[in-house]
Amino acid sequence: MTVPAELLDCRGQRCPLPVIAVARRLPELPVGTVVRVLADDPAAAVDIPAWCRMRGQEFVGRITGPDGPGYDVRRSV
Amino acid sequence: MSAPPVYLDAATAAPLHPVARQALLAALDDGWADPAKLYARARRARQLLDAAREATAQTLGVRPDELSFTPGGTAAAHSAVLGGLAGRRRAGDTLVHSAIEHSAVLHAAQRHVADGGTAVSVPVDRLGRLDRDAWSAAVAAPGVAVAALIAASHEVGTVQPVAEAGAACAAAGVPLAVDAAQVVGRLPVPAGWSILTASAHKWGGPPGVGLLVVRKGTRWESPWPADEREAGRTPGVVNLPAVVAAAASLRAVAADAAAEAARLAPLVDLIRARVAAEVPDVEVVGDPVERLPHLVTFSCLYVDGEALLHALDRRGFAVSSGSSCTSSTLRPSHVLEAMGVLSHGNVRVSLHRETTAAEVDRFLAELPQVIAELRAEAGVVGL
Repeated sequence: MTVPAELLDCRGQRCPLPVIAVARRLPELPVGTVVRVLADDPAAAVDIPAWCRMRGQEFVGRITGPDGPGYDVRRSV
Repeated sequence: MSAPPVYLDAATAAPLHPVARQALLAALDDGWADPAKLYARARRARQLLDAAREATAQTLGVRPDELSFTPGGTAAAHSAVLGGLAGRRRAGDTLVHSAIEHSAVLHAAQRHVADGGTAVSVPVDRLGRLDRDAWSAAVAAPGVAVAALIAASHEVGTVQPVAEAGAACAAAGVPLAVDAAQVVGRLPVPAGWSILTASAHKWGGPPGVGLLVVRKGTRWESPWPADEREAGRTPGVVNLPAVVAAAASLRAVAADAAAEAARLAPLVDLIRARVAAEVPDVEVVGDPVERLPHLVTFSCLYVDGEALLHALDRRGFAVSSGSSCTSSTLRPSHVLEAMGVLSHGNVRVSLHRETTAAEVDRFLAELPQVIAELRAEAGVVGL
């Protein structure tokens, strides 16, 4: 199980804001770092994996926790 | 002086074809009576309805008694699915459909599930192409009553393998309902279906006319309260003037379809190429080859879809979007979701017989700046 190094709380934000948040933060972290994006906008489920694909980053997976859906992204480039 | 508006949303509604307008005006004077009654006025209306049915059936290559006019494409799609399920309830209660059907088909599926039935969604790949193996397995499973496949995606333009999907259905003894709304009047109607639906305002006919074709021998039962109109397939008096206009315009657009497709397909190729080359961080979606001649979709990273539509509208461009912020449900397009492509900043451009190369050129010239401005406002440049 992946333990994220950082949590980005994007609950209540509409797309593309959660994608923008991860796009801003991820390049500031070392390669290999995993960030978890908490986002309740249903578009995040589509757009965060799509962003990872377009940017060559790794989409680790979606988790469902007490805080709602979260999306784990690992900086790979 | 601002430039004239450019309408690029034919996949929602094509501008009224001049032949449709002419036929509509004539039929308003001549076709208002109830075609079912027994007097001269009614017989005149009946003649117009019969002629419209004959002409439309001929264009589609079907028998006139297989064709019913409905109050629109949505009603036709509902009838196709729910009637197909009703007619085959002894065979089972499962509806198989692709993940990228029109919402009219999916809403009928939801009704079916709410009533205790089963619906199986078959996935598509990143280009929006049906997973053929999954489809064949799904339709061959026990208890399948009917299958539904869109002929070509109304959102991304990818043409589906209807003939092959239909062969799998035939092998399993399952009727196939095909939503051909984006195909009729533009491309030849594919083979392999048992039930076919279309919508007149997609080809330049008036809104409020749908086509429902049920092949002879197909087990189909009206899901609506009994009504003898339209071979018992759709209740209520048809909007005859609109039906006459739909039939006349379909004949006209079908005659020009090959030439129009040859004219529009290169414009779509141009949009695909220039958007990809001139707009940074954009994903042009849908199959680049097996696609509709008049429709193209792309998504722009970090751009709000609603803001993009408004910005384009201010410059006179009418386009559509599958982004969640542009939908009443605030959910992204289920088609983009099924394909796994970016859903925000999404634009669908769809061309029609009045679209000129100059209009497309103007759109392509202005689009990069519109997107750059939105990104600058949002502070996302360089991300």
